[in-house]
Amino acid sequence: MTTNETASETALLELRGITKAFPGILANDRIGFSIMPHEIHALLGENGAGKSTLVKIIYGVLQADAGEILWQGRPVRVSGPAAARRLGIGMVFQHFSLFEAMTVFENIALAMDGERDNRALRARITTLSKTYGLPLDLDSHVYALSVGERQRIEIVRCLLQNPKLLILDEPTSVLTPQEVERLFETLRQLAREGCAILYISHKLDEVKALCDRATILRAGRTVAECDPKVETARSMAELMIGAKVQPPSRPKASGERAERLSVAGLSLVAESAFGVDLRDLSLSVSGGEILGIAGIAGNGQNELMAALTGERLLPVRPDAIVIDGRPVGSLGPPARRALGAVFVPEERNGHAAIPAMSLAENAFLTAFRRLGLLKHGLMSEAPTRRFAGRIIADYDVRTTGAQADAGSLSGGNMQKFIVGREMLQEPGLLVIAQPTWGVDPGAASAIRQALLDLAANGTAVLVISQDLDEILEICDRVAVISEGKLSEARPVAEITVEEIGLLMGGLHDLAAQAPEGRVERGS
Amino acid sequence: MALRLERRAQHSQLMVTLSPVIAILLTLLSGIVIFALLGKDPFLSLYTFFVLPLTSLYGLTELGVKATPLILIGIGLSFGFRANVWNIGAEGQLTLGAIFGGGLGIAFYDSDSALLLPAMILAGVLGGMAWAAIPAWLKTRFNANEILTSLMLTYVAVLLLSYLVHGPWRDPDGYNFPESRMFSEAGTLPLLLEASRLHLGAVIALLVVVAAWVLLTKALIGFQLRVVGLAPAAARYVGFRQKRLIWFCLLFSGGLAGLAGLSEVAGPIGQLTPSISPGYGFTAIIVAFLGRLHPVGVLFAGLVMALTYIGGEAAQIEIGLPAAVTGLFQGVLLFFLLACDMLSTYRIRFVRQPAAGPVASVKPAAGEAAAQ
Repeated sequence: MTTNETASETALLELRGITKAFPGILANDRIGFSIMPHEIHALLGENGAGKSTLVKIIYGVLQADAGEILWQGRPVRVSGPAAARRLGIGMVFQHFSLFEAMTVFENIALAMDGERDNRALRARITTLSKTYGLPLDLDSHVYALSVGERQRIEIVRCLLQNPKLLILDEPTSVLTPQEVERLFETLRQLAREGCAILYISHKLDEVKALCDRATILRAGRTVAECDPKVETARSMAELMIGAKVQPPSRPKASGERAERLSVAGLSLVAESAFGVDLRDLSLSVSGGEILGIAGIAGNGQNELMAALTGERLLPVRPDAIVIDGRPVGSLGPPARRALGAVFVPEERNGHAAIPAMSLAENAFLTAFRRLGLLKHGLMSEAPTRRFAGRIIADYDVRTTGAQADAGSLSGGNMQKFIVGREMLQEPGLLVIAQPTWGVDPGAASAIRQALLDLAANGTAVLVISQDLDEILEICDRVAVISEGKLSEARPVAEITVEEIGLLMGGLHDLAAQAPEGRVERGS
Repeated sequence: MALRLERRAQHSQLMVTLSPVIAILLTLLSGIVIFALLGKDPFLSLYTFFVLPLTSLYGLTELGVKATPLILIGIGLSFGFRANVWNIGAEGQLTLGAIFGGGLGIAFYDSDSALLLPAMILAGVLGGMAWAAIPAWLKTRFNANEILTSLMLTYVAVLLLSYLVHGPWRDPDGYNFPESRMFSEAGTLPLLLEASRLHLGAVIALLVVVAAWVLLTKALIGFQLRVVGLAPAAARYVGFRQKRLIWFCLLFSGGLAGLAGLSEVAGPIGQLTPSISPGYGFTAIIVAFLGRLHPVGVLFAGLVMALTYIGGEAAQIEIGLPAAVTGLFQGVLLFFLLACDMLSTYRIRFVRQPAAGPVASVKPAAGEAAAQ
């Protein structure tokens, strides 16, 4: 398909001057672009650039304050998702809306308005999933399926409505590299057959590989429209953030390489019904190195983090976790921090920090024991404020000062503050989950650089991340967590993306090949 | 035009501060309506209820007398409420404080030792703590809901007091009235002003306010309480021990309620009787919220709620209003306060009915989206 051909056609969807304000923020500011039939169109932007708001307006979930939506040249009002579906717009959300306790078929049938003939529906689903390479076992229960399989249900559910436009919101963030390739095949086939695709992402390599055109949003505005095939990932990143992007530099490590953290045979039953049990996990991190734990979200990362921080204790086997030679499994967070360990959990709001409290109080929260900010049971205010000021200055946190509420900071600045708070405590061990999740590229590269610098100074760093690119960029060794089990850690230089991908999806694929594996898992 | 509630982008600090004031104004407005419906002159009634008691020195000292237990208990409860520990049984802890401290006063009814009063105060605090320790233990050991356990224990406490003053502790020279002996001079809180009932308890309450302010804003324990209340996950992350905080909150509020009970029986009452409190332990719940769970706020809220007690008495005497008016005002005030508090998270907007075209109203979006 060439640009000349599409230019002569009427756009399938055209947006003109779409504007949407929320209290205190202009999420979309006069956004305009168009999507041609047959086109795979990328919508690129940092977190908070306004992508999600815009697609919600297209899909009728939100209504624009001003602006026009043209569908096949005619102005339309999309009053809700049902109206969008009638027009021929289908959407796969980032967070799936499936009933865990129901079968695949039941989940699909529920969404088919008015379709009563189950046998015909089954036949349609089977044909469709064959045509597009979206294999589904219609009678399995959703709770037993991997994230990739769940996504296939959502896609099939959309395709059954014969959409002319399919919107996908960050569809690959939960997939292994192999699953991503399979999804792309499906999407290319759909586009060839005339279904336009609006692909929302911030992963630039994927956009280059898949999309015909890209619209880039920054701070609620359209800043550029480009052909991703001719742009480089870096040039698009710079358009996204409006600034130059620096690749991190790896300083040479110094100092001794003693083992700081060792986990041996850690097993833990999940607290919640949909949690993941940890099974016989082992790992070891030495001073000066960064160990990465890759894996798709929901494979035991939260449980591992809780066991490492001391939020969940292991009274029966305290020696399953050893920090600096001391078994700490039965010790709470303060005792582990006293040994020089610091932690940054994934969730910023309400877990790593308290939005309704000031930055000074948030600095006090984890640092008061190590930095002696407590005198006779009272908080020492001046030293606490000084410490918060140091974090703000050293980690370039954009804020009005130490008295500002943590909730007033953007995600990236809040994360820089939290990371700074832990790093300035001069830890011997840092455990950090999703260090740059939901953080803008500028802040993300600053945080990655800070992690590299910290390791170079002799700290042992354990990074748990879903972002494979991030792990490959900063880690020395990588292990993969899948269904609560951890693979053996291997040097990043000696492992391929394909191998990591197989490990990430690992048990599912093995189970599919060897039926006895499935029996074992089921028992 | 239509009214719509819209979530604010940020918690409005202004509304948090203003909402008690607005609630009080709305309560006064409802008062006008209620008095008018009762066939009384609304403005005279309001004057009698809310202003007349403040025009005499005696009225002012009475305000202090009534505010003392409310402030003491309100301070204790506000700590727990911040950390989501819901002690609803302060009335029972107050009663046990009166029993423990008063029991000492009865045992040494002829003593003139200077140690008697401090010992009674200590016993009162311990009595309240002991009663609050039961829900604390049940909560931390069996995860029993402290709202229910503390509330139910209130009735046990009141019946225990009733049994004591009808039975073993009844005054042998009291013509069979269900009352204990009067405490000795040494077992009574000294008066601050002649010809009034204002006693040393008021000073203690003020000291408690100051101490609570330091504890809440400067001390580690206050910080921990605030963290647990605002972000329980963050409290687990840094290892603040939930159980210890539950124990602290219940013992702290129980102890202060016990102190309030002792200061009532060793103050204005001077002996143990079957009913020692007109529901201070429950009214203090309103005091804690009206005072924004802040010690200084509780001080003022205690005075406001005390006014509803003496205003109610004045209204009974002067214009023959029923005694229930006090409870009615307290209830209306709490109602408006909760309503106004919603405005700190939401704002009211007047919107025109949606016109046709792309500029349209917000749909109930999430539900529809989840369905697909």
